[in-house]
Amino acid sequence: MMDWQAIWLSVRLAACTTLILLAVGMPLAYWLAFSPRRWKFLVEAVVALPLVLPPTVLGFYILLAIGPRSPVGALYARLTGGMLPFSFQGLLLASVLYSLPFTVQPIASAFAAVDGKLLEASWCLGISRLATFRRVVAPLALPGIATGAILSFAHTMGEFGVVLMVGGNIAGVTRTVSISIYDQAQALDYAAAAQTSMFLLAVSFTVLALTYALQRRFWSLWPMS
Amino acid sequence: MEEVSLEFHRAHPDVELRASYGSSGNFYSQIHNGAPFDAFLSADVEYPRRLLREGIGAADSLFVYGVGRIVVWVPAASTLDPAAALRDGGIRHVAIANPQHAPYGRAAEAALRSLGLYGGVERKLVLGEDVAQAFAFVESGAADVGIVALSLALAPAARGKGRYWEIPLDAYPRIEQGGLLLKESADTRAFRAFLVSAAGRGILERYGFYMPENR
Repeated sequence: MMDWQAIWLSVRLAACTTLILLAVGMPLAYWLAFSPRRWKFLVEAVVALPLVLPPTVLGFYILLAIGPRSPVGALYARLTGGMLPFSFQGLLLASVLYSLPFTVQPIASAFAAVDGKLLEASWCLGISRLATFRRVVAPLALPGIATGAILSFAHTMGEFGVVLMVGGNIAGVTRTVSISIYDQAQALDYAAAAQTSMFLLAVSFTVLALTYALQRRFWSLWPMS
Repeated sequence: MEEVSLEFHRAHPDVELRASYGSSGNFYSQIHNGAPFDAFLSADVEYPRRLLREGIGAADSLFVYGVGRIVVWVPAASTLDPAAALRDGGIRHVAIANPQHAPYGRAAEAALRSLGLYGGVERKLVLGEDVAQAFAFVESGAADVGIVALSLALAPAARGKGRYWEIPLDAYPRIEQGGLLLKESADTRAFRAFLVSAAGRGILERYGFYMPENR
């Protein structure tokens, strides 16, 4: 039995995570690419941490950090009356933290690769920084931005350890497709696990292949690159 | 298990016991695919029994070494009374192990149903991958109350951190803890004999298991 509820939940989680990460990740990547601050490397290291930490460890500390006994959890409870652990919002927060490097790193490298002379020329012509970003940096860095978005989406679709630790496995709320597959395998229902895995594999491959194909075509037709 | 290992080593100094911990379902599939373990102890005798049926493990080496017990557990700082916590309307999350594949989760769900509490808490259930994770959910404060193994509540790491109420044994099907020798040798036979000996049973009883024939 394919767990459609879990598949749909994962898609929603991945889409929301990607949107939030683009909103948060682009300014952060811009700062990392262009800031002259010397201690920038410290921020870079923090951003990359989720690549290194075991997801279950990260998940366990996120559980403690958003639980009702933590300042974050207490504040959230005062503001909304709800609780972050075992909720979609909690999962979303965890996914954003977990996928942060997958958005920020490709985008920051793409920003850094934009020719500085173009930026200076734009500024000298009296164009504001925001407009320069919109008209010069962003179009040139679009492949990097697309890569960051796709990687975040894909990474969140396949996210497992963090969800296992903070989710609580509630159907329709926190039981994502990877958890559902794990449950099926644990219950020795290998046929169902294989079926859901194959579906996930097929969808992921199709999405990734289509995106890369589109990107190629798109960029060879794009006049500026 | 630490103490079993220690005592066993004292009785058989030439044998060193090394334990790997994990869920029964995981080990079942690993052993099924040739994992090099000497013995398999599971919270549910069904897993080793199934392996044996499939021709894995030493014939006639299947044994039941204890009966698991479950408790309602609340953290020490909680104002809830463990015996009444599941009827409390103010609780938000109840942690149990996943009934789909964890023996203690199945027992917890069955107990909730037979005590007439399932309808009231069904929407509040959060599932740990195993009973230890369900325990971690409660201990961290993320869940208000949990149904866990008595052996966990009595484990040195958990002692003094919470209060518990034992769910009557007749409220859920017996959780028979079973073992199987995967490789038969003098050492593994000695280990099996130790677990069912007076010394082994003494340790298991102290850590919250009933002995098979007592109940």
